[in-house]
Amino acid sequence: MIETRFTIIDDGRPADVPARVRGDQVHLSPQALERALGWTLKPEGLCRANVCVPLRAPASVETPEGVDLGGVAAALGRPLAMDVEARAAYLGVGAHERSQHLGSLEAPDFSLPDLQGRPHSLREQRGKKVLLVAYASW
Amino acid sequence: MITVALDKSPEDARPWIEAAQPSSPAAMHVALVDTAHRLADLYNIVNVPTVFWIDEHGRIVRPNDVAFGTDTFKHITGLESARHLGALRAWVNDEAPALPAGASAHELMPRLTAADQQARAEFGLGEWLHRQGQGEAAARHFVRGGELAPHDFTIRRGTMPMRGIDPMGPEFRAMLTDWVGKGHAYYKPLADTQGPAAS
Repeated sequence: MIETRFTIIDDGRPADVPARVRGDQVHLSPQALERALGWTLKPEGLCRANVCVPLRAPASVETPEGVDLGGVAAALGRPLAMDVEARAAYLGVGAHERSQHLGSLEAPDFSLPDLQGRPHSLREQRGKKVLLVAYASW
Repeated sequence: MITVALDKSPEDARPWIEAAQPSSPAAMHVALVDTAHRLADLYNIVNVPTVFWIDEHGRIVRPNDVAFGTDTFKHITGLESARHLGALRAWVNDEAPALPAGASAHELMPRLTAADQQARAEFGLGEWLHRQGQGEAAARHFVRGGELAPHDFTIRRGTMPMRGIDPMGPEFRAMLTDWVGKGHAYYKPLADTQGPAAS
């Protein structure tokens, strides 16, 4: 087991927290979990604000060595990409959540920079018809 | 119009954005850069170009379609730009609906799987590692993402510049030949904008 720093990126936002690494498993203290992802472990499950996700397999999340990051991702139904060697993990958005949003046909809002670094959002165009074009130089 | 470049840096997109600067301010459009492929994740974009029509209320009325602004690649894609432009103009002028009668935006929306979202997470980690200067670790996750979602060329081809691979070179051509050889399409436009423009 190695005590180390680990970067957890929550849908794009990175947090650097202490962690314990054993093989391909990463364990966090409850405090580190809350700092990185905003979720806390409570008797009713994983909680954030006034939402609690009950745990089907509590032992796979709360272990003697700490909170298992892979177990948290599985309990939340979110994909986790991990690189133990590089000490970083990325928690994405689950297929169910993404499908539900797209299925509603409400265009997801975004804020992205122009060449000058100024942010622009889709919302600013409300009231106009928008042609949204994704392209690339490749 | 909002254009979003899924490129590894603003500098990669700059020549295209500057070349598209209109001569009149009235024709100005919002030209953005998305190095982390945020838009690809939010809108389930798996190749470029991908276009969406969004109405005044912020609803997607025409999902993931393939359209080119010019006929530069028509000999390869078989897609005539006039077809999409004509349909777009008619929709903007309230002369025609966004989709043909009987088609539903909800049904045309491509479906997502757990593997697709795992691939996005692998891309997200790879992109972050790339920015930290950890190129080798980044490449592992880009490749893994491509294996999980082989239809996603924003990952398979879009990460080539970050892996030091020419995205127009032999590796891309081999990937394309293999993909098409397996009976898949590289571009998947909606049915009504395919083929030559209506006269």
